[in-house]
Amino acid sequence: MLKRTPLYESHVSMGARMVEFAGWEMPVQYAGPAPEHMAVREAAGLFDVSHMGEIEIRGSGALQLVQQVTTNDASKLEDNQVQYSVLTNENGGVIDDLLVYRNSAEYFLLVVNASNTDKDFAWINSHRTPGTEVHNTTEAYVLLALQGPRAERILQKLTDHMLDRIPYYWSQRVGVDGVACRVSRTGYTGEDGFEIFCAPADARHLWNRLLVTGHDEGVAACGLAARNTLRLEAGFRLWGNDMDESTTPLEAGLAWVVKLDKGGFIGREALLKQKQEGLRRKLVGFEMLDRAPARDGYPIIAGGREAGRVASGSPAPFLKKNIGFAYLPVEHAAVGTELLVVVRGRELPARVVQIPFYKREKKFD
Amino acid sequence: MANTPEDLSYTKDHEWVRLKGQDATVGITDHAQNQLGDVVYVEIPKVGDKFETSEPFGSVESVKAVSEIYMPLAGAVTAVNEALNDSPELVNNDPYGGGWMIVIKPDNPAQIDGLLTAAEYDDYIKEEASE
Repeated sequence: MLKRTPLYESHVSMGARMVEFAGWEMPVQYAGPAPEHMAVREAAGLFDVSHMGEIEIRGSGALQLVQQVTTNDASKLEDNQVQYSVLTNENGGVIDDLLVYRNSAEYFLLVVNASNTDKDFAWINSHRTPGTEVHNTTEAYVLLALQGPRAERILQKLTDHMLDRIPYYWSQRVGVDGVACRVSRTGYTGEDGFEIFCAPADARHLWNRLLVTGHDEGVAACGLAARNTLRLEAGFRLWGNDMDESTTPLEAGLAWVVKLDKGGFIGREALLKQKQEGLRRKLVGFEMLDRAPARDGYPIIAGGREAGRVASGSPAPFLKKNIGFAYLPVEHAAVGTELLVVVRGRELPARVVQIPFYKREKKFD
Repeated sequence: MANTPEDLSYTKDHEWVRLKGQDATVGITDHAQNQLGDVVYVEIPKVGDKFETSEPFGSVESVKAVSEIYMPLAGAVTAVNEALNDSPELVNNDPYGGGWMIVIKPDNPAQIDGLLTAAEYDDYIKEEASE
């Protein structure tokens, strides 16, 4: 039996195409991936991402437990600050990537991938120490993402809270049209925007108010297909495609969230050893030089032999290029390296390029 | 509601065929392009390539997915729509006109009688939708 978010009826009544994703019945598209993608780049998009998992860690040992299971340094966080991080196993393999919210000194909220929620909860709970509570609170929250250059203008119409005082990767408790929410300036699209937590009972009201209020600003309801192309253009890795337990965060290009000097954590020794010995392969971005898109799993030839496979590959609707991620041996990973991608038996040229593929022009920071 | 011209023949794989003398023009239906969404790439064969009935002769790609296109009639390719290289969106905007994909010379033009009429195709897509 697939799980449904409290917004299921709203999606169906708006004509969304529903699909199974990580055990949930989710909207994959409304108007279509390309127009939704463009709406987020040029105006705003609203996503129901309530399938994402929430795991609460509470108690006097909360920080210590977060430090033990994640690679980033959560001791640097202040109340209401947010951090991107990774859960690693003893081999340094990526169990999941996640956002760590420090809501207070003894209350951390971890937002994890839907496909990994149960696994992550079991893993973290198995490392629980006395004085610490771990709860899977996924179904206590609805999570909406309002993303795009007009996101702040739209959300500001529904709240007295001065949203421009919430910096990137910070959150606040905010009343939105009378609904108690936690609003963070975070997202998975490469645009400015917010992720908004509220109670399930308030979800339909909030969803409808955001769409109605954002109508004149061009807000579009968006599905998982646009979410995927937006995150790929912006260079965000997707767990399961671009990293998993067989890859390390160093190989995935996430060394900036691996703080080897913060003290002990699970996977530290393996990661330290890999850093000292040097990487043999790493995640690269590439773009096709031919018109054909590269898709997940297509073989890649470098230096005359098969050197890897496409981890994530797709047309990029804003860039109007065909882009992708792949793990390649480091000798073929430099920007500018020429590759061949095997598309239905044809070897088509591609080139290693910088990640991210797309970077928005920042108006502040 | 999908547009299904009366004068064409159709397959259950959502191709249409327009037979004029020895030339059968082939494309994908309005219903098919609507299901696919914005087409970003069309892969078509070369003039002279030969295919059996129901053999994949190319593919059409949207942002989200790749779909194969199947030969409605056995035969040899006599023309391909080069305009689709630069303007794949023709498949969305004009599926029965500028979005045509190939012309074939059928081995047996009478084979077209085995394809669906417009009314039969409309019934078929309704059945598919209700499944």
